[in-house]
Amino acid sequence: MIDAAMIETAVTIILLLLLGAVAIGIVRVRGLFAAVVLLGVYSLLMATLFIVLDAVDVAMTEAAVGAGVSTVFFLGALWLTDTVEAPAKRRQLMPLIVALVTAGALLWGLSDLPQFGSPDQPIHRQGADYLASSLPDTGIPNVVTSVLASYRGFDTLGETTVVFTAGIGILALLRRRRGEGGN
Amino acid sequence: MIAAALLAVLVAMALVVVRALRGPTTFDRLLAANTIGNGAILVLALFGFLTGRPEFLDLGLTYALLNYVGIFAVLKFFRQGSLGAEAEAEKR
Repeated sequence: MIDAAMIETAVTIILLLLLGAVAIGIVRVRGLFAAVVLLGVYSLLMATLFIVLDAVDVAMTEAAVGAGVSTVFFLGALWLTDTVEAPAKRRQLMPLIVALVTAGALLWGLSDLPQFGSPDQPIHRQGADYLASSLPDTGIPNVVTSVLASYRGFDTLGETTVVFTAGIGILALLRRRRGEGGN
Repeated sequence: MIAAALLAVLVAMALVVVRALRGPTTFDRLLAANTIGNGAILVLALFGFLTGRPEFLDLGLTYALLNYVGIFAVLKFFRQGSLGAEAEAEKR
């Protein structure tokens, strides 16, 4: 009898192989329209992989943003520009090197992570007493607020900066469009 | 039984990915993308039943809706050359 864990591993490996094939295809294809379609395929496969890995919420986001909204945005960009990629003047090695170095650093960092699903991770050994210690530690009566604003203060600052930048970008785009229409 | 079905669907998805990568025309790729979306829904449903979590069926339904919206946007782009911005501008 085949057990479910083995099937899960097999499904993960097959999906990863398909993802690799699609990624190479995206890099090699010249028509931008085909590239958009292949990016949608990539997102769908990625969302399926996330579900197999038990990250259902991430999978929903990937399917909605990656396969849904991004496709529409890319098509809008294609409508504003052109659907054929300009031929590269010469081979550029620098992006490839940057990508390889980043991938290597990520793989190297992976080796330091605790085993997937192991019960003696730091989060299970030390992280469970926020309910008791957040009030004396931070003086904030709401536990969620104290975690967001104090324990993870720098995280929240970064997130706020990202949202703020996105808002400024959208405002700038809308402002320009309206100015052109008025003239 | 479910495991065999799951593997069969994955093999089918692999074949469709080959079509998406090679597909001479863009419509081949589009049809392949749509079929991969359907395959993803099937994988979801089968995997849910395999691991004893049939709630995954609901996720599959959401995927079907998203797939529909994506393909619809692409086809509208093909038909009109845009996403309908001119039509909206004419209405005003």
